[in-house]
Amino acid sequence: MTTSPVADDAPAEIPAFPQPRAAACPFDPSPELRGLAKWGPLTRVRSWSDSTPWVVTGHAEQKTLLSDPRLSADFSHPGFPSPVPHTGGKREATDLSFVGMDDPEHARLRRMVSGAFTIKRVEAMRPVVREMVDDFLTRMLAGPNPADLVQALALPLPSLVISELLGVPYEDHAFFQTNSKVLVSAVATPEERAAAHTNLYEYLDQLVGEKLAGPGDDLLSGLGRQITAGELTRREAAAMGVLLLLGGHETTANMITMGTLLLLQHPEQLARVREADDPKVIVSAVEELLRYLSVVHLGRRRTALEDIEIAGRTIRAGEGVILLGELANRDPAVFPDPDRLDIGRDARHHQAFGVGTHHCLGQPLARMELQVVYPALFRRVPTLRLATDLADIPFKYDAVIYGVYELPVTW
Amino acid sequence: MKITVDEAKCCGAGQCVLIAPEVFDQREEDGIVLLLDAEPADAHHAAVHEAATVCPAAAIRLNETA
Repeated sequence: MTTSPVADDAPAEIPAFPQPRAAACPFDPSPELRGLAKWGPLTRVRSWSDSTPWVVTGHAEQKTLLSDPRLSADFSHPGFPSPVPHTGGKREATDLSFVGMDDPEHARLRRMVSGAFTIKRVEAMRPVVREMVDDFLTRMLAGPNPADLVQALALPLPSLVISELLGVPYEDHAFFQTNSKVLVSAVATPEERAAAHTNLYEYLDQLVGEKLAGPGDDLLSGLGRQITAGELTRREAAAMGVLLLLGGHETTANMITMGTLLLLQHPEQLARVREADDPKVIVSAVEELLRYLSVVHLGRRRTALEDIEIAGRTIRAGEGVILLGELANRDPAVFPDPDRLDIGRDARHHQAFGVGTHHCLGQPLARMELQVVYPALFRRVPTLRLATDLADIPFKYDAVIYGVYELPVTW
Repeated sequence: MKITVDEAKCCGAGQCVLIAPEVFDQREEDGIVLLLDAEPADAHHAAVHEAATVCPAAAIRLNETA
């Protein structure tokens, strides 16, 4: 016996994609997208330029598909579902290094930098990150009250961490933060995004040149050595630099603000984070916040290279597939009572960092930063509260990475 | 229990190192899994199971009958 819809159950009209979140429920995925689950774990949607990609809503199906080498992450594939509307059928070809490649090329490039993100290397950075957090909080507490937590802590912290790891001068932060923001904005025009990418690319290319001339012990200098060894082109190195700098910014920054905001709505769970003596409580809380918030929303995107049979449907070769991690992370088959925030639950099977070969390279660093930042913030500023109503917080409904534009806090 | 790891599939996430550090490590140069003990003692079996389930790349295989 099965209650799942069979393959020929389909909505009379193909549902539109994307769909907005409900303004009253800013922490929850779009109700319309959640409603797609009644058509089974994957269904066809109508997206930009009348394309009709598949949307995958189920946790198990996303895990299976993201582990399947027959799905390609190559942006340049004609069937690749664009995350943003493209004008006049013109497709943007932003070079984001191995994110837009398949194995073995993807693995060749990724493994040149993955040594910087081992558990041991990241653990060694924890005391440094603790000091950075303390410094940012000291400055915030000495400054005007209320303050914007985005500018005081959430953005500068990951920005400083990734700058030091890469060997990018932090004094240039206004430049790369501004351009990163444009690159992940869905409301920027294609021309604006292309210009932001060119700015970052040229900046990184120049830095790689400087590292070639005078190497240090940072990640970009390591790429310089690979160039000298003939294993990497300068173009590949600069594109990888753009990716890592970008990846280190908006994702962690938005998790810091959204996690803080969500915990402020759940004071009893916030108190558990603040008062925890056991680091395991914090580790668990961070996993639950990653699951619940799923800031990488609007879908991981792929193109089928061959016909793929899954859940009674056939994804045809050449068709686009959008995998919604925010729905996988609220799948009641994996997370009982999924809309309840419970920092004590076992949330480790969340897909906030994706699954398979493209699993987020920076996740050990992101996890460590989050494990440091939440307890530090609530301990140093025990009276922390919103300086405005939740209804007045500007959420990033329009960005590829979900979050808030500002988080006014007081203490 | 006999463990095999698939280095080609491994994405270097290091979850196994966090869960079962006596059994798994990571190569320094690229973070790819290093199997320290392919036939761990019973005391490690629960952690190894957990590591295999949590592995985001499904790169850890367990043979329970071995």
